[in-house]
Amino acid sequence: MSNAAITGERPRTLAEKVWDKHLVARGEDGTPDLIYIDLHLVHEVTSPQAFDGLRVAGRPLRRPDLTIATEDHNTPTLHIDRPISDVTSRTQIETLRRNCAEFGVRLHSLGDIEQGIVHVVGPQLGLTQPGITVVCGDSHTSTHGAFGAMAFGIGTSEVEHVMATQTLPLKPFKTMAITVDGALRPGVSAKDIILAVIAKIGTGGGQGYVLEFRGSAIRSLSMEGRMTICNMSIEAGARAGMIAPDATTYDYLEGRAHAPRGQDWVDAVAYWETLATDDGAVFDAEVVLDADALEPFVTWGTNPGQGVSLSDTVPDPSAISDANERAAAERALEYMDLAAGTPMKQIRVDTVFLGSCTNSRVEDLRAAAEIIKGHSVADGVRMLVVPGSARVRIEAEAEGLDKIFTDFGAEWRFAGCSMCLGMNPDQLAPGERCASTSNRNFEGRQGKGGRTHLVSPLVAAATAIRGTLSSPWDLAADLAAGATSNTTANGEK
Amino acid sequence: MQKFTTVTGIAVPLRRSNVDTDQIIPAVYLKRVTKTGFEDALFAAWRQDPDFVLNKPAYRGARVLVAGADFGTGSSREHAVWALRDYGFDVVLSPRFGDIFRGNSGKQGLLAGEISEADAETLWAVLESDPGLELTVDLVDRTVRVGDLTVSFEIDDYTRWRLLEGLDDIGLTLRDEARITEFESTREAWLPRTLPALSSPELSPQGR
Repeated sequence: MSNAAITGERPRTLAEKVWDKHLVARGEDGTPDLIYIDLHLVHEVTSPQAFDGLRVAGRPLRRPDLTIATEDHNTPTLHIDRPISDVTSRTQIETLRRNCAEFGVRLHSLGDIEQGIVHVVGPQLGLTQPGITVVCGDSHTSTHGAFGAMAFGIGTSEVEHVMATQTLPLKPFKTMAITVDGALRPGVSAKDIILAVIAKIGTGGGQGYVLEFRGSAIRSLSMEGRMTICNMSIEAGARAGMIAPDATTYDYLEGRAHAPRGQDWVDAVAYWETLATDDGAVFDAEVVLDADALEPFVTWGTNPGQGVSLSDTVPDPSAISDANERAAAERALEYMDLAAGTPMKQIRVDTVFLGSCTNSRVEDLRAAAEIIKGHSVADGVRMLVVPGSARVRIEAEAEGLDKIFTDFGAEWRFAGCSMCLGMNPDQLAPGERCASTSNRNFEGRQGKGGRTHLVSPLVAAATAIRGTLSSPWDLAADLAAGATSNTTANGEK
Repeated sequence: MQKFTTVTGIAVPLRRSNVDTDQIIPAVYLKRVTKTGFEDALFAAWRQDPDFVLNKPAYRGARVLVAGADFGTGSSREHAVWALRDYGFDVVLSPRFGDIFRGNSGKQGLLAGEISEADAETLWAVLESDPGLELTVDLVDRTVRVGDLTVSFEIDDYTRWRLLEGLDDIGLTLRDEARITEFESTREAWLPRTLPALSSPELSPQGR
């Protein structure tokens, strides 16, 4: 029986429960609510101006014990033991180190086992927990919603606000239920679910909403898969994505460094058990997706909503009725150098990037390694494997995954955001085409003139083998046709 | 923050939807640790095209940008707002904004006003027929005026009030500091703390 039925209160959604629990002051006469922030994650790119603001105003950082920093966006993934050669990058990292020392913030620097992408580090330390509020000056903070936390990205002014007050003035978000029922077929994964959701509701479809992912397909996902889904909620325009905690969540958390222990664990679980959306709670919008019918999904355009099934073709803009969308599609095809009607599977890539806060956890690396094992990378294709954190890298090495990748012909790098946003030297050259497990296929995102197709780790691995956009289904078909990995290496059959 | 009431200036028609923050300011410019000096970074990739609208001499000194739907989607980088401000823009009008971008704008004195798709088309047509035309954006009555044409825009009451008064958010919140302290006294003991840093258990393939 739901909690609301027992207490007789109005049925509430997961998002509403977390919101209510963190109300410091309810807004009146159109003013926003004041919401308490349980965990503030900090990195080098969006924090220097915020620390400066504190200094100028003479304000302390209110809760260093609820704040943690790491270096990720602008760090090299090679030669991390040497000084960073780019002077502005080095200055930015050194600024973070100085700021953290001055304000008493715990920092995981390059070389530290907990260094890595901020959205990989929080969960791996057990700091990300159900029912808490999490913010970071990074839009992919939505990742942490996989634990049933309310987690969202903020700008630098808000970073300073949280540093100074540990709160944020916020207007309540609307709620949207995204129900995914059924069972994913082998070769189809969490990434395909979220790409299909974004293609369905559009890059603006989630604007103003917190998405709650529900249904049997979501429940059967691992925490890593759930993080992939919540991570990309922002690509549908949503502020946050959430999934109610369950046994999978507790199993992941128990025993992690900052997870509660003993009686604290018992008390925490008791609270977490109350978080699920009550029966009868009303969402402002609802979307349904059928997991059984889902195929590997890829993008063809320059926003994450421009995606199709891998078995499909590049869409024809002239068939789009909305004038603005048609113009955007035409522009995207020109930028991507693609012709309408081209089968997606015929698209040849130059680079495969396995990494980013979307897909760089050990499970992602394992899934890709299993597929490429015994193959070699297609001629003319480079593959970059960038673990999400130093700990992930070490774990992967303990399992021998690094050897599988390097034997295959891929580059095994140190942890960071890397080619997802191309701030460091890991970038595409103009015109280069990439199958990327990251989250954004925006123009120039991975390097000026670079062309990005968003894919799952499974599709990334199959593509690296065949040289053209492919899924494990194509590898199985190759095998059935008696083809060897060599004859398919150029994607020609 | 300066008080904002009305702005009169040259308006630029940007006939594009889904202008994400990577287009507004590419990541390579995010390495700087300052809050100003981003004018060269605004639309850096597009500005290399001589035909890009901002490169047309008629739009030099523009203060208002009229863009397509879903302006400022993607990354949370406030640098996008700083770049627009540094370039000289005081106002962006669009049928829909990325949530984080809209929030960032309000904190930096950049007015992000929501107009209808139809009004965006009308304004584009007017501005393109007479490049360099000035229009007036009035935050008090939430209108855009150009010649005989008046269209209205939406902005939430609270952001409008803060812009009109030029108020600093942190100062406003700290007036409630006693309530924050009181709230903190009710937080459960088991909630996570980053300090002291706890040592992680032994490594195993499961990551525990």
